[in-house]
Amino acid sequence: MKWWKYLTIGLLLYTAVMGLLGHVPRLAILNETERNLYFHVPMWFGMTIILLASVINSIRYLRNPSPRLDILAHESAKTGILLGVLGLMTGSLWARYTWGTWWTTDVKLNGAAVTMLIYAAYLVLRGAVNDEQQRARLSAIYNIFAFAALIPLLFIMPRLASASLHPGMGGNPGFSKYDLDSAMRMVFYPAVIGWTLLGVWITEVACRLAFVKEKLYENQPNEKQLA
Amino acid sequence: MSLPAEIWLLLLKDLRLEWRQRSALGGLLLYMGGTVYVSYLSFSFRGGAPPAPAWNALFWVILLFAALGAAGRGLAQESAGLRLYYYTVARPEAVVLAKIIYNALLLLALAIPGLLLYTLLLGNPVQDWPTYALSIGLGAVSLASSLTLVAGIAARAGQGGGGTLLAVLGLPVLVPVLLLLVKVSKNALDGLPWDASQSAVITLVALNFIVGAVSYLLFPFLWRS
Repeated sequence: MKWWKYLTIGLLLYTAVMGLLGHVPRLAILNETERNLYFHVPMWFGMTIILLASVINSIRYLRNPSPRLDILAHESAKTGILLGVLGLMTGSLWARYTWGTWWTTDVKLNGAAVTMLIYAAYLVLRGAVNDEQQRARLSAIYNIFAFAALIPLLFIMPRLASASLHPGMGGNPGFSKYDLDSAMRMVFYPAVIGWTLLGVWITEVACRLAFVKEKLYENQPNEKQLA
Repeated sequence: MSLPAEIWLLLLKDLRLEWRQRSALGGLLLYMGGTVYVSYLSFSFRGGAPPAPAWNALFWVILLFAALGAAGRGLAQESAGLRLYYYTVARPEAVVLAKIIYNALLLLALAIPGLLLYTLLLGNPVQDWPTYALSIGLGAVSLASSLTLVAGIAARAGQGGGGTLLAVLGLPVLVPVLLLLVKVSKNALDGLPWDASQSAVITLVALNFIVGAVSYLLFPFLWRS
């Protein structure tokens, strides 16, 4: 096992223990739910970083096609989707306890949901093409296009919006205060690194499995040899 | 040959082909007319015109599906042999830009008669005409630029399911564009001052540039097969 995997385990144990037991400021409405900061927000950091890795592998694939790069792009995209879905779920749970509803119409929520739809479409596209090379090239093209569509959804439109319930803008008075709380920072930054590394780990294992499958497929004895 | 000249020739070719096979254009116009009429009949149960937000949203949904239909036709029609021929005589960048312009023109040609019929049957609550017209024009360009590359991908993935695949791949990509368009046109509907929609219009134009640039860069890879 490589050193960064021990680091991942350590950081996530630290996040779980300190995140649930550590000191957090007393705040109305949020109360203890603010501990979700260590679980909800890192999911989006991890998703963005891993989807970026996916799109970089797609660009590399188009410049220099190889099955390896296709697998890297595909598995990274899948991990990114997993983190995104977990982010939506933790966010929904948080919204239930602070805003009193599972889901509400808000630029940031909708942007995140549409991002997940775009990447679900990426998986559908991969399922729709049988020829391997064709599938790899088409999905690489769509992946890059999807990422270009994602930037305005996640990073531009929320900044242009005039109102949003979600923190990180006017409307919710608290967030800047906790952001500055140094005790929470001591858990938040390790949590971001830990969850992102866990995403990288999942991707690595999935890629290795895919490589082995590919190798088995290549070395499969054909019918002539069997006879 | 320079890029603009190539685009111009390809655009003329597409327009000429469209004019010769008028049944295709007729089919799309009939789709517009049919949907508008069905909406009119559905709303007549509640006694005439729909409320203004519904009026606006319904028109954009009709336009959206017209755009999906139009984009699905353009690239899927061409056979593999024809594609190979284009590849030898034209640059892929010119092909994709010509297709975007052509799709935008086609959508405008569908939207204008569609809007006239829509106004005739369902009334017209628009207060600020210039802004509304701008939103329709921007809408045609935005829908065309977002859908052209996606239609190319769906046509290649093909296997009969091209139509469904286009909708699956295209709709999520279109959501940000449509949200901005509906916002601008709603502002025009309510006659709000230009400042209210300015930032949305600028974002839309910027979004078109991003999508256009990405299509321009990626289309050569789509063609190379």
